[in-house]
Amino acid sequence: MPGHPQLGTKDWLIRVVISSGVVAGIWGLGLGVQAGLIEYVQRIVLLCGINIILAVGLNLINGTTGQFSIGHAGFMAVGAYATAFVGVKLAPGVAAALGAGALADGVVFNVALLVGALLSGVAGLAVGVPSLRLKGDYLAIVTLGFGEIIRLVFNNTKALGSATGYFGDSPAGLPPYTSFFWVWLWVVIVVLIVRNITFSQSGRSLIAIREDEIAAEAMATPTTRLKVTAFTVSAATAGIAGGLFAHMQSGIRPEDFKFEKSIDMIVMIIIGGLGSISGAVIGGIFLAVTLELMRDLQEYRLVLYALLLVIIMIVRPEGLLGTRELSLSFFKRKAGAK
Amino acid sequence: MTRSVTTPRSPLLALEKVEKIFGGLRAIGGVSFAVEPRQIFGLIGPNGAGKTTIFNVVTGVYQPDGGRVRFDGEDISGWPPAKVAARGIARTFQNIRLFRSMTVEQNVMVAGFRIHKAGLLSAVLRNQRYMDDEREFRRRAAELLDIFKLKELAAEPADSLPYGSQRRLEIARALMLSPKLLLLDEPAAGMNSQEAAELEKQIRFLRDELGLTVVLVEHNMSVVMAVCENIHVVDHGETIAEGPPALVKEHPKVLAAYLGEESEEQAVAEYEAVSRPFHDKPPEPDHD
Amino acid sequence: MSQFFQQVINGLSLGSIYALIALGYTMVYGILKLINFAHSEVFMVGAYTGFYAAGALGIEGLEQRGAAFPLYLALVVLLVAMSASALLGVLVERLAYRPVRSAPRLTPLITAIGVSLLLQNLGMLVFTPNPRRYPPIIKEVRFELGGVIVTNIKLTIFLVTLALMAGLWYLVQRTWTGRAMRAVSVNLDAAKLMGIDTNRTISATFAIGSALAAAGGILFGLDQITINPLMGTLTGLKAFVAAVLGGIGNIPGAVVGGLLIGLAEQLVAGYVSPDYRDAITFVILIVILILRPEGILGVVRQEKV
Ligand SMILES: Nc1ncnc2c1ncn2[C@@H]1O[C@H](COP(=O)(O)OP(=O)(O)OP(=O)(O)O)[C@@H](O)[C@H]1O
Ligand SMILES: [Mg+2]
Repeated sequence: MPGHPQLGTKDWLIRVVISSGVVAGIWGLGLGVQAGLIEYVQRIVLLCGINIILAVGLNLINGTTGQFSIGHAGFMAVGAYATAFVGVKLAPGVAAALGAGALADGVVFNVALLVGALLSGVAGLAVGVPSLRLKGDYLAIVTLGFGEIIRLVFNNTKALGSATGYFGDSPAGLPPYTSFFWVWLWVVIVVLIVRNITFSQSGRSLIAIREDEIAAEAMATPTTRLKVTAFTVSAATAGIAGGLFAHMQSGIRPEDFKFEKSIDMIVMIIIGGLGSISGAVIGGIFLAVTLELMRDLQEYRLVLYALLLVIIMIVRPEGLLGTRELSLSFFKRKAGAK
Repeated sequence: MTRSVTTPRSPLLALEKVEKIFGGLRAIGGVSFAVEPRQIFGLIGPNGAGKTTIFNVVTGVYQPDGGRVRFDGEDISGWPPAKVAARGIARTFQNIRLFRSMTVEQNVMVAGFRIHKAGLLSAVLRNQRYMDDEREFRRRAAELLDIFKLKELAAEPADSLPYGSQRRLEIARALMLSPKLLLLDEPAAGMNSQEAAELEKQIRFLRDELGLTVVLVEHNMSVVMAVCENIHVVDHGETIAEGPPALVKEHPKVLAAYLGEESEEQAVAEYEAVSRPFHDKPPEPDHD
Repeated sequence: MSQFFQQVINGLSLGSIYALIALGYTMVYGILKLINFAHSEVFMVGAYTGFYAAGALGIEGLEQRGAAFPLYLALVVLLVAMSASALLGVLVERLAYRPVRSAPRLTPLITAIGVSLLLQNLGMLVFTPNPRRYPPIIKEVRFELGGVIVTNIKLTIFLVTLALMAGLWYLVQRTWTGRAMRAVSVNLDAAKLMGIDTNRTISATFAIGSALAAAGGILFGLDQITINPLMGTLTGLKAFVAAVLGGIGNIPGAVVGGLLIGLAEQLVAGYVSPDYRDAITFVILIVILILRPEGILGVVRQEKV
């Protein structure tokens, strides 16, 4: 047997090389998308990425930990408003220091996104600490309540445009920072973070809480602390998605973050299979694409959408994957079973 | 100090007049007993006597409505379950509570949380500390699974295991906490006689080789009589007898509790005819 | 001081409507442990049924001639709406909830959210999103009592609510159906073993709760003048909060909770700011769930381990 495996400089070097490769790959793909796809499709591709971040983040608390939030649109709103506001205030200074251009925009956008993630994480912490003592339906309803309160606060905040929404300081509205590159880079970062948490000692404990909280406590698991942590991380990722979403359009309105938005997120993770990261990815993409494709159906769209949700719950409530993950061995097993 | 003068050492676990009331039901009505270090202690009584409730009060799942629980020189009454577990009391559950969709190995590893060193950041970065943690937990889990003959099943989901194996997995999981005291709630339930005999050996192994103290709730009397050095009998939430197996087995109140009220007088008469008087008070503990 | 009494009167009448709706939430939760999100749409459909029924009974012609809508026709409108909603409630349970009744708790919850969305969007399609003026099935008469304006509509709301509650009390306490409902809410499986037809009892619960919501819908229309297909969302949520506040599963609790939420809302609107009238409900919800999740009249049960 070899000695203890040690993570050496070589391993870290390999990691750096792979990461650079991924970043370059996203960059290249972005150029390709920009050149090859019409604007309408480009928009869907961005939405897919944002949905993946929302779904994978929400899945950490709703799927992995089994603590059901139906108010995550509130955290998305915090991230969206914070990112937009900070970005708008930061932009002139950074442009003066670095010279206007892609570099300055990138710096402003990512700093603003991080502030957005931080603030939505803080909001998640503030909501999570009192709420997570509750279970099941009660927790769900309290998160709904907090989500609505957050929206009502934005609705009544004059500095952020109240009900009309926040469009920044310039008449052109918020700058269009949200590009293929940034969205998908953040997709990779968020998925990696959530995956590494899920498949670690903390992740095992989160799953244990979902499976049997009383047994988890009997195994000295600090259940409250872990739940709050997962909730906070989940809220922060929703904040990032919110920030990316904000800069896709000229402005954001409180009504963009209504209860229906929280339901959309839940539909994403249900379709793919609660508790599965790959399921959340699939669900996020599925929802972005279907909702866009159904746009022509106009008022029938939402009827069909709701009907679909009910039918899925009756016919296949565990979603596409259940709690399983898509991997090579998954396909092998499937093939072997035939 | 309420410690009994006759006790030569301080007990590891001591219940002092513990009470638990559910609505109008006095599930435990002032039970006291002491468990010495490295003892295998039986807690028996008919269905609904309050045995599981005693475990739940000791481990903090229920708040006691009266009395105290002392563990290892500290008053732990009313502590939350995770704190009690971290302090050194591990348990199994009567109605098996495994993490059903997780694998056998992962079930055991969950109980390593208390001693894990790699925080969330380490996990996200997958750094050296994280790797060391995982390796250490795998190794310890493998050791425990080996003791309980579950090694081959390590990668199976817990709920696919047969009943007897699930019970053994619960013990293995509890041991991952490196506890001082282990509470077993009907570990032999659902086991065949061969498995039960194996379990007897394993319980002795825990005490002899790992130095654990064990409190055993069990309806399978042959297991109880074979492994326990001291037995405490409860009925309707009250203590009715305590002593070494040979004495408890013949105690009239115990016989009455198990056989039914109508035979009590007869049992008392027979007992008094054949044995020296035996008091309800706990006798001097058996010094090993 | 008269402003205070005015707010109290308004609050209590709004609260009565919340109470009527809250009863449906609480009864269903008591039996199935399900938050019936679709209940708010059953309430909306009740209001619309009343709207169309009054139209069919020729309320416009009467209004143009300046004649009042006869009281017996107003009762017909109420009964039609209550029956329609009862039917809808039973159908929803039959088609959507029954198939997922034994699934893990989340499945019914999401199903309920889905049915709610479905009915909402169907409502937009069928009734159009435009707000409608509610027909005056009771012609408003105002009178003043020591500076407080009271209308016959507010009085009607109290009276109808009171009558329906008395009926409900009789039904739950004095009839076999009521006894079966209480038995099923204590323990569904045991009730089944005792020979109670649980499916029928559950259907009856949905029918009764939905009928009460429809009455609430008509009173809401009379009180608030306009209705629209999304009227159930916020009102339903508030009624649900009322049920939680009173102690979910507890029938008197729903009434107490409804009245308290109505009062709180009006007092906040009157003394703080109308902008926060909706927020106060959620604040109450959060405070109650965190401090006393079993509600005012609810009891705690310890999970058996
Ligand atoms: N959470 C609870 N709520 C209400 N009553 C309870 C609760 N837990 C236990 N009880 C009651 O307390 C009494 C003692 O129950 P307990 O489970 O401790 O008995 P036991 O000795 O473990 O019996 P068994 O041998 O059948 O496991 C029983 O009457 C039981 O119904
Ligand atoms: Mg028991």
